[in-house]
Amino acid sequence: MQGDHFELENAPADAGTLRRVAIDPVSRVEGHGKVTLLLDENGQVQQVRLHIVEFRGFEKFIQGRPYWEVPVMVQRLCGICPVSHHLAAAKALDHVLGADRLTPTAGKVRRLMHYGQILQSHALHFFHLSSPDLLFGFASEAGRRNIVGVAAAYPEIARHGVLLRKFGQEVIRLTAGKRVHGTGAIPGGVNRSLNREERDSLLAEIYAIVGWSRQAVQLVKRLHAADPALYDSFGTFRSNILSLVGADGSLDFYDGHLRARDADGRILVDGFPIQNYQQLIREEVKPWSYMKFPFLAALGPQHGWYKVGPLARVQNCDRIPTPLAEAERREFIDHGQGNLVHAPLAYHWARMIEMLHAAETIKALLHDDDLSGSTLVTSGVRKRQGVGVIEAPRGTLIHHYQVDDDDLVSSCNLIVSTTHNNQPMNEAIRRVAQRYLSGRELTEGLLNHIEVAIRAFDPCLSCATHALGKMPLQLELQDAVGQVVDRRCTAS
Amino acid sequence: MSPAPVMVLACGNPSRGDDALGPLLLDRLQAWLEVTGEAAGSELLGDFQLQIEHALDLVGRRLVLFIDAGRQTPAPFVFRQAQAVDGAPYSTHALPPEALLAVLPRIDHQTAPPAFVLCVRGERFELGEGLSAAASCHADRAFELLQELFRTPEIDCWRSLLSG
Repeated sequence: MQGDHFELENAPADAGTLRRVAIDPVSRVEGHGKVTLLLDENGQVQQVRLHIVEFRGFEKFIQGRPYWEVPVMVQRLCGICPVSHHLAAAKALDHVLGADRLTPTAGKVRRLMHYGQILQSHALHFFHLSSPDLLFGFASEAGRRNIVGVAAAYPEIARHGVLLRKFGQEVIRLTAGKRVHGTGAIPGGVNRSLNREERDSLLAEIYAIVGWSRQAVQLVKRLHAADPALYDSFGTFRSNILSLVGADGSLDFYDGHLRARDADGRILVDGFPIQNYQQLIREEVKPWSYMKFPFLAALGPQHGWYKVGPLARVQNCDRIPTPLAEAERREFIDHGQGNLVHAPLAYHWARMIEMLHAAETIKALLHDDDLSGSTLVTSGVRKRQGVGVIEAPRGTLIHHYQVDDDDLVSSCNLIVSTTHNNQPMNEAIRRVAQRYLSGRELTEGLLNHIEVAIRAFDPCLSCATHALGKMPLQLELQDAVGQVVDRRCTAS
Repeated sequence: MSPAPVMVLACGNPSRGDDALGPLLLDRLQAWLEVTGEAAGSELLGDFQLQIEHALDLVGRRLVLFIDAGRQTPAPFVFRQAQAVDGAPYSTHALPPEALLAVLPRIDHQTAPPAFVLCVRGERFELGEGLSAAASCHADRAFELLQELFRTPEIDCWRSLLSG
């Protein structure tokens, strides 16, 4: 199935004199990432690696804190998807509190918060991080390939992106209590519901939001149709897929059980309870990378690695439980002609289908009077540990806590979406390097092809710090003995 | 209801060492404005990072101030006027103030208001760390400047206080 998947991970021993190219850090990807390419004297790619600074320090950050503080504190792990950490932590601690079944109001308020997060994150990614590449071309003028360039050339697209993002943020503000650092989800439930006025304020906008989301799906389909050879082949590799699905097999970002399929779409695992995730997933350590490589334990590291995120979710579920997104899912599945779609650029298409589903779900929830209920919290028999799994915008997010009798967290384990996609991202850039870079003079436009492949996965590298001047883009060219022969640096 | 004439946007993560400079100064400014009775003239907003939707927070303002920590900033801080920069060459998930100012007219057909950046030097940015001693001193100096700025929130006064 994936027989050549370690090709280009390690340069052959007889490769001779090699030249090293480092892209450090990858621009328009949150946090710190570095790509290294080793080229032989003929410019042929011999080794490609994506190095990501592992999500580190969180155990120390969380251990020793009272469990009820955790859903608020974990938002500070990541400046891009704090709501996902907030909800995954709350879900894990529901189990600690014995709150295995939330009240209808708590469940729906949390779901609304999460779908608002999905909507705003997907809008940000597509309109403002990826659309510059897709609308202008991967090798277009670098100075134009950004959101300001999109706003100049396609003002309506940029405006819709901003307003979709703004709406999602407003959903978060009303459900979490604050625009940032919200406190809405607490172990056992929520601390607020929405009143009629708040629901009406969102309802006034939701119809336009659904409409713009539909337009976004059409836009990404037009991009695919304009150059299907590129979109279907760019960085394409086969792999297993993994995600949560709802109890009935539907697409569900908030709750459910784990399902995995192989690269041909056959179900490998289904109905797997999230509390037992450690029996399903193992993580491999490689000497050249700080980030671990997860895999399905039953298949081993060589064959068990998998994709997560929109491309996996849209194809792993049996249906999408909202009509407009379901119609789009069917068209997407038809595009695969009976096979799973593995093309990294199809992440964008799947992501926009998910955004439409999020918008439709928000609309339905806003009409549900349970959102305004007053029974917010429940509890049960106290346990010493709990696991919370959620489908974050970028993929499956796992939080696991152990809590002592004194209510202090004694240990925690997190597997974030980007870690699941570590091997897939490495595979994608190896395909791209082999196809586009080998034997050619390396220009900024060609090197951007590598970044386009990485950005398709929407990785978040966990750095919530963004001090001015802290995120330059550096490109280093080194010879075989590590001597820097050229360097370019541009501030973010 | 028309927006407050002055918008203050502070960026930073309170749990990442000196990245807390932005939110810390925002809190101190908020408290000071409430004591002096001047809070109604300004809207203060903190966030981890500047994002695209913050362009809409600039609409209808007379003055805008961005507060952030800076890694290579001359100590204790730099106070400068920000100009819209079209085609900023690279960006991450977060936008620099200059790019935000450039986006606004494109999406809202409004000219960006005069904007200033208070960039305070930080030293350490690791998760779980508190503010460093050096950054704490820089914050005190920066807060003195903030008090001066908000005693007279007028563009000419702010320009007269620019660094260097």
